[in-house]
Amino acid sequence: MTTSDMTADGTADEGPESRRLDGNAAAGPLRELFSVDIIAAACTCAHCGGTTALAEHVLYADAPALVLRCPSCTGVVLRYASAGGQARLDLTGARLLVLDLAHDGRPG
Amino acid sequence: MTTPTVTTAGPARRGGRLLWTPARVRSVQAETARATRLVLEVPGWAGHVPGQHLDVRLTAPDGYRAKRSYSVASGPEQPHVELIVERLPDGEVSPYLTQQLRVGDELEVRGPVGGWFVWHASLGGPLQLIAGGSGVVPFLSMLQHREAAGSDVPARLLYSARALPDVIGADRVAATDAGVTLVLTRQAPATWQGPTGRVDARLLHEHVVPPDARPQVFVCGPTGFVEAVADALLELGHPPERVKTERFGTGGGAT
Repeated sequence: MTTSDMTADGTADEGPESRRLDGNAAAGPLRELFSVDIIAAACTCAHCGGTTALAEHVLYADAPALVLRCPSCTGVVLRYASAGGQARLDLTGARLLVLDLAHDGRPG
Repeated sequence: MTTPTVTTAGPARRGGRLLWTPARVRSVQAETARATRLVLEVPGWAGHVPGQHLDVRLTAPDGYRAKRSYSVASGPEQPHVELIVERLPDGEVSPYLTQQLRVGDELEVRGPVGGWFVWHASLGGPLQLIAGGSGVVPFLSMLQHREAAGSDVPARLLYSARALPDVIGADRVAATDAGVTLVLTRQAPATWQGPTGRVDARLLHEHVVPPDARPQVFVCGPTGFVEAVADALLELGHPPERVKTERFGTGGGAT
């Protein structure tokens, strides 16, 4: 996986502000690992205690790993990378994930 | 969670991890001077909810891989999966998809993905869609679905484009019975009666369903556009839990 793998599309950088994406865009990569879509899960930030849907986190997809940051305190909540047949997931910054199983993964 | 979620369409392998699968290119058509509409046949496609994405992966002869996520442009009722890809001069993937790809070629795809930035008729409304440039693509799917489902949910689209020839999905935008406000940011014909310039708080106040009507608001476009619009919506009194955003970075189609 290259650093630019998961940007919305490859473009010249104009500083970190313009590289911010929404957590939505991490849905595909995280489905490499999870059998359900966790992007709508409510996540409690281990840094500030705020609770927000992962989809509403700030995503930096062009770092060496995909990085989700808390929209309240900007602390790193989740890091994910896959390369060479290995997936790496760091959830140190996520104290709690709450998924609504009734709505998950079923054809609508 | 305070907002309802819809059941998101399952992947080809229901209940399992989502795998890459080959798709066949059925048609490649110029949408605008910079954007191309791709019609794909995806075997085993389980259907999608408007707003969901399809990931596309390209593998070079040396094994190097690049992948991108694109909003599905077609509605769930349409027979094939359509993407609209804007060509970015420095892109790794979009020049191939817009200039090299031919009918009959195969692409590796994964999807549908994403269960957040989605709308389905069962979620009701009123629906307010706000697009910058190619950020209109997921809204084309939502509008198609709304009409195919016979939904009477009131809907409005505020669409900011550089100039008339840059309008993506012009057919759908012209045909929809949703209220459409087109804003031209760079160039407008002398006869243009509609708004021009940046989408700011004043323009949002005039053309967006007011907070009192409790609309579900979706904003999609380049990061700068989305953040400016979302901030202005909050200032106008739209509650944050009813404003969903999808930023796609510095991509072309910036307004």
